[in-house]
Amino acid sequence: MNALLRNHWEWLLEQRWLLPGLLGIGFVLAFAIPEYNLLNKYVQLVLMYLGINIILAVSLNLVNGYMGEFSLAHAGFMAVGAYTAALLTMKVLPMAAYPGLFPLAVLAGGLAAALMGLIVAIPSFKVRGDYLAIITLAFLMIVKSVIENIDYIGGPRGIPGIKRLTTLPWVFFWVVVSVWVVRNFVYSKYGRGVLSIREDEIASDLMSVNTRRVKFLAFMTSSFFAGIAGALFAHLLQFISPRVFDIIKTTDILIMVYLGGIASITGSIIGATLYTVLLEILRPSTVAGLLSWLPAMVFDPLNEYFIRHLGVWRMVIMPLLLVLVMLYWPRGIMGLREFRGFIPRRDREAHHRLTTPEKRGTP
Amino acid sequence: MSDGIVYWLQQILNALQLGSIYALIALGYTMVYGILTMINFAHGDVFMIGAFFCFLAATALGLPFAPTLLLTILGTALLGVVIERLAYKPLRNAPRVSAIITALGVGLFLENFTLALAPYPKNIPPLLENVTWNLGGVSLSSLQVIIIFLSLGLMLVLDYVVHRTPVGMAMRAISWDKTFVPLMGIPVNLIISITFAIGAGLAGAAGTMYALAYPVIDPYMGIMVGWKAFISAVVGGIGNIRGAMIGAFILGGVEIMVAAFFPSTYRDFVVFSLLLLLIVIRPYGILGQPRVQKV
Repeated sequence: MNALLRNHWEWLLEQRWLLPGLLGIGFVLAFAIPEYNLLNKYVQLVLMYLGINIILAVSLNLVNGYMGEFSLAHAGFMAVGAYTAALLTMKVLPMAAYPGLFPLAVLAGGLAAALMGLIVAIPSFKVRGDYLAIITLAFLMIVKSVIENIDYIGGPRGIPGIKRLTTLPWVFFWVVVSVWVVRNFVYSKYGRGVLSIREDEIASDLMSVNTRRVKFLAFMTSSFFAGIAGALFAHLLQFISPRVFDIIKTTDILIMVYLGGIASITGSIIGATLYTVLLEILRPSTVAGLLSWLPAMVFDPLNEYFIRHLGVWRMVIMPLLLVLVMLYWPRGIMGLREFRGFIPRRDREAHHRLTTPEKRGTP
Repeated sequence: MSDGIVYWLQQILNALQLGSIYALIALGYTMVYGILTMINFAHGDVFMIGAFFCFLAATALGLPFAPTLLLTILGTALLGVVIERLAYKPLRNAPRVSAIITALGVGLFLENFTLALAPYPKNIPPLLENVTWNLGGVSLSSLQVIIIFLSLGLMLVLDYVVHRTPVGMAMRAISWDKTFVPLMGIPVNLIISITFAIGAGLAGAAGTMYALAYPVIDPYMGIMVGWKAFISAVVGGIGNIRGAMIGAFILGGVEIMVAAFFPSTYRDFVVFSLLLLLIVIRPYGILGQPRVQKV
């Protein structure tokens, strides 16, 4: 039975219509859900935040997972994208007349963030490891500090009253684009360069990998999608301030990446989903709703002591879960493994051999 | 004395106070890095817990200054050892990044756990009678004197321990080579625990002094101070104990001077820009040695 199922699964993965089919269904759903209110508003909102988190995790995984650097700057790139897009839609572009200009603002946010990626990419030619981590941290703090000191963009008070332009189809579109671009990047010639830098930079330099160009591309791509996510985030939350994009936001994204597993697109998607959904499930109202079928005799005392204070304790539970995951799976849930559908056909055998060491020829 | 000199002396005094607090925390970062090449991101939160221990000892137990300080140091040292045993030790052979993420998780846990128990900022009662002397226009408080001299004293003791005692020799040996040191009969686990205890204890001392100098404490106070202390350690050359002290006083000085001559909101901008420049120019810090990478 199991073998039969696996055969069907293999057969399904081989079909050329699978990917366009799934994408088609996804887009139809993304349009249909808000149009006909197939899911309630709250679930729709969570879905959009989930999409944004997936973009963030997948793009950070490119630098932190595949390239093996430790970047803390992702929230900074997000801030650049968010502020650029929000200023464009509020002060520059005639949004009232042409609401269709929103994608332009998002794209501009991504490009601005990619340009900022240079500030981290150029020092990375010379500096590596912990010291590069400090540079990214310094970048994050500088972005935050600069925003706080420019009064025109609200200073420390931030920008309130951004229009809510982010919709489910747009989020889905950018999730698809980011996964597609990162996947193709990783399995391209440059992607092999990225992996070789993680394993040994000097050796890959000697093997004529153009490490500068590879790092440059990886940082720019990663920060571009962080900017896109920031732009979408700003037009969903409708309020941004420097405090939104501080080190805690970066920590959130890092947790998603390392929970899901480094160097794995599937892992980033799983990590982002687990993190977002768990945090939502642990809300007092959700837990109360989930447990409301319990008889009042059991439910009421539970509600009295536990569920009411869950709002605070869920932030204690989450890091504890993270530490436990790290202790039992130090590489994260999907570390270095990948869903076969994401791997190009020509690479599947090699990838399989790479990630199952016990089947190697040597003892 | 002229007004200019008085102003400068006053600022130097403030810089010494801030720098000595940073130095005490930076030492913990740099010692752990030296031995395990691991960045202990939970260290800033151990400092925060130290401030809360101080609050508990001062209010719930009603203790005076000296026992409060001692209890806080013991408490945080124990906390440091427990964290190392439970969270970091199982990961000693795992990828380096797993340990870093675990440390981030432990830090978040400490912050949010404290927040769950103490949702509002706490006020530390004045444990010491604060006398202010006026030396030719420069005002010098007894609190400042105590903070500066106590920190310097602790640093001297640490320097002695690391450079002149068998335990310190073992620490330096482990940071030199991890493969052969256990073969020489050095109890690696014990030495690592001692390192964590010393580092966390110093952070606890820093927490107490910080709480006395800036008496409102909250669960998130450790984040920024912790990062700044970490930066001090990097500026001095991470892994180098004397470097961490020098880096901390430089950072304290820069922060105070920027705040004195520019609007205080520029402080982080200037500090982090200088840091960026320094790392690009001298990636191994002031006292650090560039390591030769082999393929």
